Amino acid sequence: MLAFIGRRIAISFLILFGSSFLVYNMEAIAGDPLEALAQSNAQNKVYLIQRLTAQLQLDVPPPARYFLWLKGIAGVFVGKIDFGKSRSGGSVLEIISAAVPVTLRLVTAATFLAILLGISIGVLSAIRQYSRLDYTMTFISFLFFSLPVFWIAVLLKQYLAIGFNDFLSKGNVTPTYAIAIPLVFALITASFIGGGRRRFWISFGTAAVSSALVMQLLNAINWFQKPGLGIFLVVLFSAGLGITVAGLTMGFDNKVGRYAALSVVALGAIIYVPFNMVPGSWLNLPIMLGMGVVTAIIGGLIGRFWAKEDRGALTRIGAITAVITALFTILDKLMQVWNPYVNSDAIGGRPLPTISAGNDLMTSHNYWWQLLDVLLHLLLPTLGIMLISFAGYVRYARSSLLEVMNMDYIRTARAKGLTERTVVVRHALRNAMIPLTTLIAFDLSGLIGGAFITESIYGWKGMGTVFLSSVSTQDLNLLMGVFFLTSFLALMGNLLADITYSALDPRIRMGK
Amino acid sequence: MAKKDKAVEAGAAEANSIEMRETAGLSQGQLVRKRFFRHRGAMISMVYLIFIVLFLFTAGGIHLGSKGAPFTIPGWWHWTINDLTEVTYGKGDMGQLTVGAPTMNLNPFSGKALGIGEHPFGQDNIGHDYFALVIRGAQQSIMVMLVVGFIGGLIGTVLGAISGFFGKFIDAVLMRFTDLIITIPTIIIGSVIGMKLGNLGVFPLALFLGFFAWTGLARLVRGDFLTLREREFVDAARVAGASNNRIIFKHILPNAMGVIIVSITLLLSGAILLETALSYVGFGVQSPDVSLGTLISTYQDSFQASPWLFWWPGFFIISIALSVNFIGDGLRDAFDPRQKRKITRKDIAAAHKAEKVAKAG
Repeated sequence: MLAFIGRRIAISFLILFGSSFLVYNMEAIAGDPLEALAQSNAQNKVYLIQRLTAQLQLDVPPPARYFLWLKGIAGVFVGKIDFGKSRSGGSVLEIISAAVPVTLRLVTAATFLAILLGISIGVLSAIRQYSRLDYTMTFISFLFFSLPVFWIAVLLKQYLAIGFNDFLSKGNVTPTYAIAIPLVFALITASFIGGGRRRFWISFGTAAVSSALVMQLLNAINWFQKPGLGIFLVVLFSAGLGITVAGLTMGFDNKVGRYAALSVVALGAIIYVPFNMVPGSWLNLPIMLGMGVVTAIIGGLIGRFWAKEDRGALTRIGAITAVITALFTILDKLMQVWNPYVNSDAIGGRPLPTISAGNDLMTSHNYWWQLLDVLLHLLLPTLGIMLISFAGYVRYARSSLLEVMNMDYIRTARAKGLTERTVVVRHALRNAMIPLTTLIAFDLSGLIGGAFITESIYGWKGMGTVFLSSVSTQDLNLLMGVFFLTSFLALMGNLLADITYSALDPRIRMGK
Repeated sequence: MAKKDKAVEAGAAEANSIEMRETAGLSQGQLVRKRFFRHRGAMISMVYLIFIVLFLFTAGGIHLGSKGAPFTIPGWWHWTINDLTEVTYGKGDMGQLTVGAPTMNLNPFSGKALGIGEHPFGQDNIGHDYFALVIRGAQQSIMVMLVVGFIGGLIGTVLGAISGFFGKFIDAVLMRFTDLIITIPTIIIGSVIGMKLGNLGVFPLALFLGFFAWTGLARLVRGDFLTLREREFVDAARVAGASNNRIIFKHILPNAMGVIIVSITLLLSGAILLETALSYVGFGVQSPDVSLGTLISTYQDSFQASPWLFWWPGFFIISIALSVNFIGDGLRDAFDPRQKRKITRKDIAAAHKAEKVAKAG
């Protein structure tokens, strides 16, 4: 095992060497970094050219210059890595380390949501193969698969952000939205409920009418201006989701799972009141993350308290329910600061931004304000990335589960008399996830450099933007820095995918 | 309850026998074709794609070659991408001034004359006919798609086949080479070509993209060859004295055809999105030539004033990519031998009818 990993790492470095050599020379031959200067009318043109030549060592021919660059990288072995300097004279390492967090913030939520949503819908779609849900989801995933990300970004800006902002400032729902939103909602709900044609139309009609009514009602009580859930809805939603989680892991007729989930929600309801009294200025990200971990642990312990058997499953139910309850509590808190946030001078009544990663005018030190600001800026790019990458996961999860469901051991499990839930969750799903983990590991490694279009559309100054500008200004050192980091991560992701694959599937032997 | 179970069982048995009867006495190719033609989405997409290709290339004509040595067959559309027409001004639905609004009217209830008019997709703000621009862009996309599909498909299949069949050292070297190509971002290739060969038209771009787009396919084909070469029929062929060439082309390749064709369709739809994305960020097709990507990036800011400049290129990208994806899905279903189709009431009725006819005869 160790020998295999060692060999793979060594090969990865050889590959990295080869591809960086290729890219360096291709870029160096393709574009002349002095071209822009040579065409300029600056008085000290000759001096500027000389200075840039000396700074970037342009008098050395590209293949040799590559090794000068490599020498800086090799400094990592003596603890002094040097990515060189960009055209503007700044350290490449500094530029990149400023860009990485921005990109991470952009892609993390989008990817996890896409994976979660994509796999659940793919699994549902496979379990009910050839149902209306399956056909609808197949069509939707193909559609999103064929969408260019820059195209959907413009639509999201226009119809989601500008449309919602207009609605907030005018206060009335335009007829198009009033009809379209309930119809889409009803179509999705009815596809999920399924059943025969009659039942489909009944659920479609019910969902359409009730959601239209709820929308008008919420608008009439000014809920969109002053939203909130209140303790009652927080408890209701958390309990509903908690019971679902318990049902999926232990079976819907299992009482203990339900009790565990409900007792966690009850504790959440008790904490709700003191939590709401904590001033926003006391909080920050590390505290919130720490509280999240503590919440999950306490939830797990409560689940364990109920356990006479199945300790692991109950711990999991408790922890997941605790996190869900906490998320609803946070959502409620964010909704409470919504109104003052929207009407503050920095926002001016138009809360959904179409560009940039944060509002520079906002000066509040209240944690909830900052969190709301960050989340709202994340909304559009996250939706864009999510919609497109979710489609791939739906397809993969569906076909992977369908393949597993045809296996002999699934028939054996059914023949033993196990319930369909146990067959799917315990036997089929776990095996179907194996090929998906490889895909996920591979995708995660490509994220850092992969969002360049989204970044440039929404004006985020992340890795993608740095990369694009370095390509168009022939800033070779900067470009190589980004390239080196992204391809290094990609190779490591590849290796990680192989290792997880063999860890999950004992039939696969390493090194063969 | 018991009655219902019995009925379900009988239904399943019937479905099974219908499936058996349908496949009896057909060759692999016939089976695949039959299953493919039954895939409604794939058939609609195929008809649409053929129609759209014919439409685009007859309307816009064919323009090949570089600026110095052009090769042109004119199409039936009377404007080209370089014509500057007189900009028309009009009134929009809400009374606002519109510049170069589309003249196409297909709504019989609008009270205006039906027809496509002088500029069916409208004009941009300096008077280019947008129909000509969009058609040119869509042509570029289709050409990129075909070239990338051909080059990438060829290289991927050949390298994957060699790697999977011969294994050992050759496999190791070829797969590490594949890893090397995978790590090179497409945008670098695009930028290199854009800067060096940008004014040569879309062909060099497509060619180079093809040279770098085969990696996924090669891996899949290799995997398929690795399992297939261990099968009994390959041993049988070898014992019978077949050469490597014969085994590869006559015995293994036909069995791997499903994987190859399906991944080539994925490659095709990916190529369209790739070319438009590259052109969108300015590294693909260079001005004055146009691509669907450059059209969107040029006119996205005028969405409020003239949304048609944004909708039409998007419509062509999506509809072409979507139909290629559906064709791929149909092919995947058709090539999968374990594929069980949903037996509908119509099938059962047809089977009963056939049975009656057989009994009567």
